[in-house]
Amino acid sequence: MNSETLDTLSTYSKNKYKYGFITDIDNEKPKKGLNENTIKFISLKKNEPEWMLDWRLKAFSKWKKMKEPKWANLSFPEIDYQDIYYYSAPKGFEKKPKDLSEVDPKLIETYNKLGIPLEEQKVLAGVAVDVVFDSVSVATTYKGELEKLGIIFCSIGEAIQKHPDLIKKYLGSVIPPGDHSFSALNSAVFTDGSFVYIPEGVKCPMELSTYFRINAENTGQFERTLIIADKGSYVSYLEGCTAPKRDDNQLHAANVELIALEDAEIKYSTVQNWYPGDEDGKGGIYNFVTKRGLCAGKNSKISWTQVETGSAITWKYPSCILKGDNSIGEFYSVAITNNFQQADTGTKMTHIGKNTKSKIISKGISLGKSQNTYRGEVSFLRKADKARNYTQCDSLLVGNQCGAHTVPYIDSKNNTAVIEHEASTSKINEDQLYYCRQRGLSHEEAVSLIVNGFCKQVLQELPMEFAVEAQKLVSISLEGSVG
Amino acid sequence: MFLEIKDLSVKIENKSILNGLNLNINKGEVHAIMGPNGCGKSTLANVLAGKEDYEILNGKINFKDNDLFDLNIEERAQEGMFLAFQYPVEIPGVNITPFLHSAINSKRKRMNEEEIDNLSFAKLLKSKASDLGINIDMLKRSVNTGFSGGEKKRYEILQMSILNPDLAILDETDSGLDIDALKIVTDGVNKLKTKDNSFLIITHYQKLLDYIKPDYVHVMVNGSIVKSGGSEIAAEIEKDGFQKFQ
Repeated sequence: MNSETLDTLSTYSKNKYKYGFITDIDNEKPKKGLNENTIKFISLKKNEPEWMLDWRLKAFSKWKKMKEPKWANLSFPEIDYQDIYYYSAPKGFEKKPKDLSEVDPKLIETYNKLGIPLEEQKVLAGVAVDVVFDSVSVATTYKGELEKLGIIFCSIGEAIQKHPDLIKKYLGSVIPPGDHSFSALNSAVFTDGSFVYIPEGVKCPMELSTYFRINAENTGQFERTLIIADKGSYVSYLEGCTAPKRDDNQLHAANVELIALEDAEIKYSTVQNWYPGDEDGKGGIYNFVTKRGLCAGKNSKISWTQVETGSAITWKYPSCILKGDNSIGEFYSVAITNNFQQADTGTKMTHIGKNTKSKIISKGISLGKSQNTYRGEVSFLRKADKARNYTQCDSLLVGNQCGAHTVPYIDSKNNTAVIEHEASTSKINEDQLYYCRQRGLSHEEAVSLIVNGFCKQVLQELPMEFAVEAQKLVSISLEGSVG
Repeated sequence: MFLEIKDLSVKIENKSILNGLNLNINKGEVHAIMGPNGCGKSTLANVLAGKEDYEILNGKINFKDNDLFDLNIEERAQEGMFLAFQYPVEIPGVNITPFLHSAINSKRKRMNEEEIDNLSFAKLLKSKASDLGINIDMLKRSVNTGFSGGEKKRYEILQMSILNPDLAILDETDSGLDIDALKIVTDGVNKLKTKDNSFLIITHYQKLLDYIKPDYVHVMVNGSIVKSGGSEIAAEIEKDGFQKFQ
């Protein structure tokens, strides 16, 4: 790599984070630390029925006996769970505001700055948004329109009140609270998140979207999302996230459960842009997320697409349990790490039913001094006759101080299973840069173009409205200049 | 003077490639450089374009009243220098349309001209492609990816006709082309030629010069130009090879 490339790269690593502002708003918090009282406080604040509180407390007692999973290729200081606030709500949110006139103008302004106007007429046409600020859902748009089709799209808190049967049946059915320590933690203290139910045979006519923002200091965000697609239904869901710049690390431990019944399809896309920390590795979000989908019925399909550019640490493996015969699981991922970011991300595909198919396309891009690991597990159970998996993992290194790692596990108990695996690691190619620059593109433009090209297979899976945004985000993650 | 190369000496990894090379090109002229393999022809093209692998030992290059060494690769391109590559590199996932659109706009920006919008650009690209007999379907593919040698060269000429350079350098554009492809490529060059732009054509074979008539032919041996003249030189080389110039 020649000197000019290195120069430009060093300007990249002075990555500026556009969403790093803090909203100065009074908030209500319990005392720091995690104990039964914290959980009771949250449950009380949410006005929850007793069965919900019991569920949380059971999860908490499991958590106390568990240790954090340590197998990931990540290094970070011990998390002090007693030094975190587990709930933070802007004052006046005992009840969710009925309409925007009841919402603090500062909040509305925050979302305008983030480019997510809450007024429905300004919201992207054809996208319904649920907005979560710290621990509470602020607004859900287009609700009326969706209700006409029988679609339920609301905060999980509201669903616990209004749709207890669905919650009791499905919450924790894909990610049991005792699965691992972060799922137990989330089950004990989850605060808000989205709930979606698509009734039988309904194709949801618009993208559903949730936008998460962590604002308050020393606060963990523990969102819980549950999406159920009943027989023959379809839904596409998108999640976006940002957080202010702070010197301390903040914890985010979300659980997302998807259930697709017979012939149903769920497409779940994430654009994750939490604050990654500064160029010396100070601050940033610890993102420990459990995402799992169950293809419960025959011919069902779950597809995860993620663009991961933020967080100091990303620990995330959106997975599919392919239980129904002929069901399909897909995972498309772009993970970009810069400076001192660490990402250990990938997927788990568990083939249970006959003729189940899974496809994994993972693109990792490492810059600066970052470490980027793909970790995947594909397993075929005994009855998974003629199941198939295709895995493609490509890594792109920019500079000499970063690392890319690929850790695929394969476990087959059925000898009719077919597995294809392709992996590549390459450095950004000087000849490509020279070619682009000879046509008049700047060095930065050229890098951005080549990286976007490298990610194209994944980016094209995103819903149209967001593909352009994601492309810009990829460029921004590489550039020194923002906005 | 439009392009003036004075006493240029260049080395790469301790090996000297160009040795005191002189060359002047005026507006509206077509120059051809011929020479045996390894004589430094491609090095000259890359040094002009600004590739950074070379060490300039001596000499000056003036291009449109700029000291060329003050400009980096993209600035030279934006000033109107275009290099049609001998081996165009594949860029997977990058579509030709946004690629060329950004390229043309970065040039316009430097020239303080108005940027061209999506729609007008798409129209321009389509019409230039059909002029060159390039199938519209090929415009949907990624830059050079999976193209045959001939397709790549035609793509270079398409890009050249879109960017409309003041100085176009063709580095062995004829290599690997069959007669039909060669005709399409050279037709493209001839259409583009005006009294305001210049061409520097680098070739090993005389064949190309049957289709593009140069005003001057230079013979390059061991990193310098040993003979200059009209197209009669090309005929000489065709007959006797480079032997007698060495």
